[in-house]
Amino acid sequence: MLTVVVRRLVRLLVVLAGVSLVTFAILHVSGDPVSLMMSEAPEADRAVLRQAMGFNDPLPLQFARFLRNTARGDFGQSFFYREPALPLVLARMPTTLLLTVLAMLLALGVALPVGIYGAVRRNSLLDHGATLVVFLGQSMPVFWTGIMLMLLFAVQWRLLPVSGWDSWASLVLPAFTLGTFSAPLLMRIVRSSMLEVINLDYVRTARAKGVTEWFVICRHALVNAALPLVTVAGLQFGLLLGGAVITETVFAVPGVGRLIVGAIRQLDFPIVQAGVFLLALIVVVVNFTVDMLYIYLNPQIRVR
Amino acid sequence: MVIATHPAAEPALAAGPARAVERSRVQRKLVRSPVALAGALVLLVVIGAAVFAPYVAPHQPTRQNLIRRFTPPVWAKGGNPAYLLGTDQVGRDILSRMIHGARVSLIVGTAAVVVSLLVGVTLGLLSGFTGGRVDTVIMTIVDVTLSFPQLLLALAFVAALGPSLVTIIVVLGLTGWERYTRVVRAEVLALREKDFVEAARAMGVGWLRMLFRHLLPNTFSSIIVMSTLQVAQAILQEAALSFLGVGTGSAYPTWGQMIALGRDFVSVAWWLPTFPGLAILLTVLAINMVGDRLRDALDPRVT
Repeated sequence: MLTVVVRRLVRLLVVLAGVSLVTFAILHVSGDPVSLMMSEAPEADRAVLRQAMGFNDPLPLQFARFLRNTARGDFGQSFFYREPALPLVLARMPTTLLLTVLAMLLALGVALPVGIYGAVRRNSLLDHGATLVVFLGQSMPVFWTGIMLMLLFAVQWRLLPVSGWDSWASLVLPAFTLGTFSAPLLMRIVRSSMLEVINLDYVRTARAKGVTEWFVICRHALVNAALPLVTVAGLQFGLLLGGAVITETVFAVPGVGRLIVGAIRQLDFPIVQAGVFLLALIVVVVNFTVDMLYIYLNPQIRVR
Repeated sequence: MVIATHPAAEPALAAGPARAVERSRVQRKLVRSPVALAGALVLLVVIGAAVFAPYVAPHQPTRQNLIRRFTPPVWAKGGNPAYLLGTDQVGRDILSRMIHGARVSLIVGTAAVVVSLLVGVTLGLLSGFTGGRVDTVIMTIVDVTLSFPQLLLALAFVAALGPSLVTIIVVLGLTGWERYTRVVRAEVLALREKDFVEAARAMGVGWLRMLFRHLLPNTFSSIIVMSTLQVAQAILQEAALSFLGVGTGSAYPTWGQMIALGRDFVSVAWWLPTFPGLAILLTVLAINMVGDRLRDALDPRVT
């Protein structure tokens, strides 16, 4: 088991190096970062800046410098705020994480019971209804869902605030929007992983043993269906963070996503890079944790 | 039905008729499914609208008419039959803009998938077929790609490269290929052990021919299903990028951009963001329905 963990750790570092490379590439993919940042400045000024920021050095050297700075948490000064980029992003991280976790909980709260029920009572009315909802949910653009919810609950019925993040009421619509974005896929996965185990021999044996159906489902089937679910929930997290970027923009939630989208419009690349890197870092760490959890939960690996 | 999973059992001679049988089975299943049929019909309408946009759209999509701005849809109070779905803040016809917007969605959706397919399938074949160090490198790249929220990465790169139709297609294509790599690799790994591959190798088939004649065709059914579903996703992503303001960079209407503009007027004109969103929903739903039934039809295990 130790070797497995060590191997995963090495992999984690390699992936992080790759993540840094991609983040580095954001600024350099256009060929000339300086023209990208200040397209109106005269060429002479641009040349000065290019020299000052080290953009004339060979790319590998620049990447090495980027790696060193990233390890120190230094992504440079934001052009717009004139402050170091990383603290700006970090300050908005709790908001984004809160939104994401709320949405994840909402999605799981719906997906687990409905998915399990759909698998247990396959082809029931509720199962078909749920499948329909899954289809609809997966086909709706998340920003549109948000605007429609806003239209109904904030504009039409005036039950909730239109946007912002200053009261609990203002969390409802964003969290709900992001939840509807992730619930359909989760529901689908819960259902299919439950379906896979529910007809296996040991579940039948458990039934034959005479324990209640409810106990069979929770104790025997669900536990075994949980493994694939854990992996997918980890992968879902990245998707959710992407969805959070859009949701924050729709509802003017002061989170990382809105900061990044704003920074992209202003071509404020230090913030873009810091934000993208940090969100990817979170995904990597979450997936690593999920991997470890998987190893721990899966007796086949644990024993070895 | 066995054919799809065990081409090994069929020598080359029988492959022709066997494939025909397979194809007709798939067609039968598809046609018999009302869901797939409904999806296909909707898709036909959308494609038709996109292709013949200048002829079917009642107005010029960019033509402003300030006197008629914020005209509600025809069935609402104050509606005008000339503008079926109403007009926007500068009096442009919503329906005409939606019809033209279908072009962007469909072009980006399909073209991005082609890019993804080229990259993803090639890397998947390489990874599964060569194994060893090449495999490790490719799978690490896949892991790195999976670490980023896909949309965020696309957003950053489109912004850096400058928004344009081609940029969007390339960036969406290059952020969505890893699914093919993983599936093709897994299938090639499984196929490699099959007898027919062994037999082909014993006959001295070269590696190129092995890849393209023997391995690749056996991954087609998963690739087709995945790429159908990716078209739907790419349409959603293009809309999201346009919504976030890094769209095609032109004045040509897109659904996402219409929703973005409509968001600011949602309290005075609900129809602005509503109808383009419905267009996205219907199109994506139709593609998903066709893709889902395609999966069922192509999967020999489900009868």
